[in-house]
Parts: sequence; C-alpha cells; structure tokens
Amino acid sequence: MNAPNASGWKPGTPVQDHNAMAGPDTVTGNRALMLEEPLIFEIGNTETTGVDLPEPTGGANRLGGLDRSEKIGIPGLSEPETVRHYTRLSRQNYGIDLGFFPLGSCTMKHNPRLNEKVARMPGFADVHPLQPVDTVRGALEVINELAFWLIDLTGMHGVAMSPKAGAHGELCGMLCIRAALEARGDARKVVLVPESAHGTNPATAAFAGYEIEDIPANSDGRVDLDALKSRLGPDVAGVMITNPSTLGLFERDLKAISDAVHEAGGFVYCDGANFNAIVGKVRPGDLGVDAMHINLHKTFSTPHGGGGPGSGPVVLSEALSPFAPLPYTARTKDGVVHLVEEEDADAFSEEHFGGVMQSFGRMTAFHGQMGMFTRALTYILSHGADGLRQVAEDAVLNANYILRSLEDVLDAPFGHSGPCMHEALFSDKGFAEDISTLDLAKALIDEGYHPMTMYFPLVVHGAMLVEPTETESKATLDQFITALRSVADRARAGDESLKTAPHYAPRRRLDETLAARKPILAWEEPSPPAGTPTMSEQGGR
Amino acid sequence: MRYLPLTDADRSAMLEKIGAPDIDALFSDVPEEARLDGPIRGLPMHASEMAVEKHMRRLSKKNLAASDAAFFLGAGAYKHHVPASVDHIIQRGEFLTAYTPYQPEIAQGTLQMLFEFQSQVAHLYGCAVANASMYDGSTACWEAVAMASRIARGKKRKVVLSGALHPHYAEVMKTMAKFTDDEIAHAKPAMQASPDTDGLISRIDDNTSCVVVQYPDILGRVNDLQPIADAAHEKGALLIVVNTEPVALGAIKSPGEMGADIVVGEGQSIGVGLQFGGPYLGLFAVRDPKHVRMMPGRLCGETQDAEGKRGYVLTLSTREQHIRREKATSNICTNSGLCALAFSVHMTLLGEKGLRSLAMENHRLACIAADKLAEVPGVSVLNDAFFNEFTIRLGTDARAVVRKLAKQNVLAGVSLGRLYPQHDELSDGLIVAVTETSTEEDIETLVSALKEVLS
Repeated sequence: MNAPNASGWKPGTPVQDHNAMAGPDTVTGNRALMLEEPLIFEIGNTETTGVDLPEPTGGANRLGGLDRSEKIGIPGLSEPETVRHYTRLSRQNYGIDLGFFPLGSCTMKHNPRLNEKVARMPGFADVHPLQPVDTVRGALEVINELAFWLIDLTGMHGVAMSPKAGAHGELCGMLCIRAALEARGDARKVVLVPESAHGTNPATAAFAGYEIEDIPANSDGRVDLDALKSRLGPDVAGVMITNPSTLGLFERDLKAISDAVHEAGGFVYCDGANFNAIVGKVRPGDLGVDAMHINLHKTFSTPHGGGGPGSGPVVLSEALSPFAPLPYTARTKDGVVHLVEEEDADAFSEEHFGGVMQSFGRMTAFHGQMGMFTRALTYILSHGADGLRQVAEDAVLNANYILRSLEDVLDAPFGHSGPCMHEALFSDKGFAEDISTLDLAKALIDEGYHPMTMYFPLVVHGAMLVEPTETESKATLDQFITALRSVADRARAGDESLKTAPHYAPRRRLDETLAARKPILAWEEPSPPAGTPTMSEQGGR
Repeated sequence: MRYLPLTDADRSAMLEKIGAPDIDALFSDVPEEARLDGPIRGLPMHASEMAVEKHMRRLSKKNLAASDAAFFLGAGAYKHHVPASVDHIIQRGEFLTAYTPYQPEIAQGTLQMLFEFQSQVAHLYGCAVANASMYDGSTACWEAVAMASRIARGKKRKVVLSGALHPHYAEVMKTMAKFTDDEIAHAKPAMQASPDTDGLISRIDDNTSCVVVQYPDILGRVNDLQPIADAAHEKGALLIVVNTEPVALGAIKSPGEMGADIVVGEGQSIGVGLQFGGPYLGLFAVRDPKHVRMMPGRLCGETQDAEGKRGYVLTLSTREQHIRREKATSNICTNSGLCALAFSVHMTLLGEKGLRSLAMENHRLACIAADKLAEVPGVSVLNDAFFNEFTIRLGTDARAVVRKLAKQNVLAGVSLGRLYPQHDELSDGLIVAVTETSTEEDIETLVSALKEVLS
C-alpha cells in the first residue's frame, strides 16, 4: 500500500515545501484537474436544448386560454455541454466511492452496484403505482419479502413500509402511538426524549402534538433508569430512545426501561438510525421496543445521494401494528400478496385480521420508496442472515479500533463506559484554546478525508462522532488514524494553520453568516450597465 | 462476503489492539438473555451476486413494465422519456455516494446543483424561492398547509381543499390534520367540464388559513386561479397550488403568475421515472420572499469563501430540527437530493425551448386521443380544457374495463373507482394521460380495445 512509486513519492509522505507546490495563478482560475464551473444560467440560454423534439405546430389548443406567454427563463444546454457541466460539478464532491467518509450517525457504507442494476430492471423502475394489481405482483412481493426480513431481523410484529425517510418513519411511529392511546381513550401529553437525541426526535414528537421533556443521563452517558422511572406517570405517552445511542453506547437498561414505561401505560419508540451496530446480534423486539424506524439508506446500503432519497420503514409491536398507515401489503394463506388501500381496508381486516386493523390513515400518496426497497432487499439477500451479523460485528470492531487507537490524543468522554458500538465519540478537550472542532474537521479535509460528524451530540463539548462502518479495510483505518493523530497533535499544540483550513479543497472556508444574513437562494440575471441590450433582447447567447 | 474487507487476521490484530479477547466482548453491554447466539434461524444465508440478481429478475418479470404496454396512466405519476445522460450522471459516485452537504468545501458539486435546481423550480412555478426538495408531492402539500398554519399563528384553523385535489393527497392532509387540530374541509370532485370555482370560493371564510387547489386538477382540468387567489387574499388566507405534472407548466401559465402564495408539487415527471411510486421528488416554492423563513426543508444559498470566490452552502438552518429541535418548522432531515439532481439534469437538457416543445407534443397527442376516444360509442370526454390528461366517462364501471384491458397489455388509465371507491356515482370515470411516450399507434390500440370491450 505504501510502496514508493517511480518518482519516490509515496502515499502518506508529508508535503514539506509548500512554496514548491504553489505555482503561478492561472487565467481561467482552474488548477489542472480542479476546474471551475459557472452556473447553467451563465452558460446556457433559453433557445438551446439538448433533446430532439418536434417543433410545436400551432395545431389544436385546449388549454382554456391559459397559454404560458411570458418567458419562463430556464436555460438549456446541448447534451455534451450538459454532461460536461455535471461531470465537472461532480468532481467538487466527496463521496464514499472516493474515500473514507466516517460521518457519525449516518452509516456511510459502500453502496453495492448490484443494487443499482436491480433497481433499474424495467419491471421495477418502469411500473406505475396505480397499475392494476395483477400487473404488479412482483413489486408487491418485493415489498412483502423485505417486510418479512425487517420483521425477523428486529423481532417485531409488523412493519409500515410507506414512510419516505427516517424522520417520516419517526412520525409514523409516534402517530401509531398516539392512535393507540386515543383508541383506548387515553389523552397523554408528554413524550420523554434524552438530551443526546437527534434533533428530529423532539421535532417529530412536537409535530405529533406532544410536549417534550428531557430524560437525564447518568455519568456513563446512558439513560438514568431511576430518574426515568420517577418521571413516568399517567401523563407520559412514551419515550423516544436511540439505541445504540448517539454517544455510540448500547443502552444496557433498555429492557428495564421498556418494562417500566409499559407498566406506566406508555410506549417505547426506538430511533433505529444506528441499527447497523446490532443487526443480527440482538433484536429490538426482545428489548420491549414498540416502534422503530429503519433507515434503509444507512443499515441497508441504499445510496445517500447527496441528501436523499431515504426510506424509513417502521417495525411495530403487536400493540401498535393495528394502527399502521395505509396502504400496506399482506400475504394471505394462499400465498398471494395483497395491496390493502382505503377501498378494502375494513373488509380485509375483517377477513384476515379479525377486524383489529384500524389504520391512522395515509402518510404519502403511494406505496413508499419502491426504488429503495429493491436495493435494500438485494443487499439483504446478498449478505443473508450470516453476513448481516458479520456486518454488525465488523462495524463495531472498526469503531472500537478507532476509539482505542486515538483515545491517547483525543478526549473520549465515554471511553470508560465500556466498548463503543458502531461509532466512537471524542470531544475537543485538550485542544489549544483558540482551536475548535471545526478547525480539526477542516484540516482532515486537507488530508483527503470527509470529516466526522461535528458538534453532535450536543451534550458533548465540541463533539466529534466517528462512524467507520464495516466496509472499510484495516489499511484505510490505519491511514486515517495516522492522519487524525497528526491533526489532533496540531490542535493540541495550537497550530494556527488549522484555522484557515481547508487549503486544498475546491473552496476555502465558506462564509455561512453572509449566506444567512443576505440570502441569495435563486439565480437572478445581473442588471446590465445602462444602455446594454439584455440577454433576451439579443436573442440569447 | 464480498462487501466486507476485513480478513480474520485483521480482526485478530484489531481485537488485540483493543484489548478484547473476542468479538463478543465488544457486545458485553447487550444483556445476555437478549444476545443472539448465531445467525437468526429460518433466514437464508449469504448469496452470490449472480444468484441474487436471478432472484430479483424473476420478481421483476412478474410486473408489466409500462414500456411493454400501450400506457395511459397518470393521476399523480407520469411516464416520460428520460434522456440516457440523466441516469449516467446520477450514477456518478461523487453524486450517488455523497451525503447532505454538511462540509460545503468538499460538496460544491451537490450545492451548486441544488442552487441551480432551486432556481429552475422557482422559474417553473413563477415563484421567488424554492427549497432543495421534499420527499414527494403529497408530503410537500402537507408541509405547505402546516406552513400556512404557522403564518396564521394558529389563529386560523380551517384548510379548504378543492374537491379536485388528488384524493391520496387529501387523505394525507386528513391524516396529518388529526394530529394538529387543523380542520380539513374537503369534498369529492364535481363531474363537470370545468372545476367548481364558485363553490370553492364560497367555502373560504375568516377562519381559513389556506386554500389548496390542484392545477391541472385530478380530472385533468385547467382553469384560471386568479379569482381563487383574490378571494383567498380577501379573507387573509393563502392560496396553495399543487401541481403533479410539471411538464404542463411548459404550456400553461405558472401558478405564481395567477397569485398562488405557495406552490408545491410532484417533480417525478422530469428525470425521475415511475418506480412504482417512489422515490419521487417534492417541489416547494413561495412567491413572496418574505415567507422564506417560514419554509420547511433545506435551502441552499450563495456566499463567498475566505478568498472571495463564489460558493454555496446550506443556509437559514435556524428553521431546522437540528438547531431548533421541537420548535423547528418541520422534522424533515433528508430531502430527495438524487431525484433533484435527475430533475435538474433533465431540465437543463430541455431548457425553456425543449420544455415548451415537450409540453406541446404532450398536448398535441392528448388532443388526438381525446378526439378519437370521443368517437367510441358510449364514451364521452368530460373536460373543456386540459393539458395531457383528461377524464372520460364510459357509462359502465371503469375499474372492470381497466382490468380487462390490462390482460391485453393495454393500461388504459386510472379509474375513478380506484381513487374514490366510496363514491359509486364516479365509478364510470377514467382518467387518461397521454405523454410524448404514447404513440399514435398506442392511441389506436387503446381506442379499438375500448370499442371492443364496451360493445
């Protein structure tokens, strides 16, 4: 891996002479492979198109007199220009394919390309959600097959497949809880959430109409069971707990917590964002969880895509399953998978579920993220029950390896709390006074890495959350550890050059305050100097 | 296992470094009685790429792909040709395997694309500002209603939905409103040639926070929204316009031009494909920049770097859950980034010229189809005006007809019985969508198959 190449340079050899690297400025602003790219609004125009379509003939018109006569203002490019524009933009992005991306709590694992191939099979990609059911039996089987895997892997009773992302799944789970409480005439008002929870948890509970109260943590970072117990009562609808937690710790007392919450008449929502650490090792259903969303884009490797689409099926306990949203799929004794929508929900429930189903309604127009289901099922079948267990073991092994290889140079506030799960948490304690977590993160960019999650969880000062995932080799981890040790040393020593990092990225540090103070959120044609014809008067470029 | 690079030798060396005797020691915090002692029984073990592909291909073959049929389904999802370069670009690893651009210095590709996307959507909708996308049209629609409620500061609780709003969207509104105490006023669509604008206006009162209208509507009808906007504004309510077919806006006036305050929609038509309903692309825009800080979802904005070079960042995040927690404008975290990229690439390939040509080609074919279908005995066309989708009445249960035609590989449309099972009087309605992918031969196939079934 570190063998010198013909020039004598080898990976990992620090660049010593900065002046030797810095060349003259270029006319274009480009630097060889680092290419500047204007906006489509600056290089395209409204008369250019990259598709061949018949010119409008001015024939029949039944638009009701609503013809769009004003200019729309969307620029076009030819196909070669389009491909080049987006290819050049892509090269200003960091992705898992390019390197190590240890963004804590996001599970940035390798995205197998078989998944992409399968999702593009015409029988999956080119099917309309409202086709007659007899023409989409395979699609329903995919949903049902994935549903069964998710139920078996979590030890739960049922699953709602339609939520579109993790936060949408959280909402689904909380709405199931509220519906279950309302069904028994119980109007509880409070949901308990630990301070370390992801911001979506309190936001979701508030959206579902609940008041939020914090759950205190004990000294090793876990939920304080006694404090929780003393807060439970007839006004508490439930708790939202992340397990493994955002501190990277397994909540040892989860079963006792669940028992206490159930005893008090509440429900347990588990944020399943970190399921990757325990898949195949322990089942949330065995710990008393009532609802848990699963981010298919984390544990089950569907691509993150620069910020979605995600997919957030929610597994449910027997008590909550009857309230799952419509539509849902169900396989009956004859082996047929049915699509249950508003139309036949009551009759279907009567015939097959003894009439217990009382869905809280519909959360989205169609059946959920089918394109993610095909990818996730492909991934699950590839790994199988044995491979998924190995996934969790390797993810946890990699994280502990990072934790124990760095805790002498970075403060690990919960290093004493036992092994970590899938992610290692550090704080900025020990940094020189004017050096921040942000500075360290930006210096990691210069070293060729995507930084870890910064300043989350909020309960740790200057938090750095490192999640390596199982798809990284030991060699990759060793190189990262070397880089992070070096940057941590510089942070402790107060190296001023950290404060101006990154130095080698396509952009230097960006001014986020300026962006928020004077928001420019859409392109506007610059006003030309007086007397100059505008672009439209010139007829385009 | 092909996705796991660690070797057994690596694992041993790493455990030694950690100081753990074996892997189970790392799971010692899991209560022993809950620990699984091996792979979960009854589930299959790992499988080769070839075996998995074969299994999935077998499942895919049980579906009738739209391209293998004469295809006329719409009602919220439309089949359009997606240029090959779109799929190539969205599969570049730098886009596909990136995440939300939390580190803008190494995410300018995603960020500049989002800025361009927001600008394209704003122009398309006739609005000032669009966000970086939502899950899909139906959830974007609910977020718009929630935003209108915030603007009314909870003092106005009534949400007036047009009867011709997609019924699944209306169901989403009703579901969510159960938990937020908004009062949803909804009716079934009136089966008439033009939408019942007067009826809708009469339902707006001083307690109305917003009016939600679909354009073109669920039956494919298009009408001037300005009178509705005026009536809503007179009562201090916002007009939310929902568009499920963005291609239409290459032919008909934008909602912003007619006074819509919030415009939301489904962007799937451009670049994304059918995918059995998801992932899709929620579009969200506001006409007046003063409403920007009330918007849900991620926003990308222009700024400068330390050397004064132009660059882009996520901005106005003080609205969002990771800062505001329970006081956030929405619980949304992930958006639909890769679908936004597909939309943006396709829209760049089209440009205004291509979008207009595409829209008029859709309209031309739809007019041909409407005329030919009107000649089928027993069939009447409902709409006065339409874009690429219209409703026909068959005088018999349309669901049964759709099922019969599907057996001949003719996917004739979406029956109103499927969408409004509780309203028998709508059951003879069929929504027919005609896009550039429907050839005149396909239209002939539909017409003759329908003739045969109805005779």
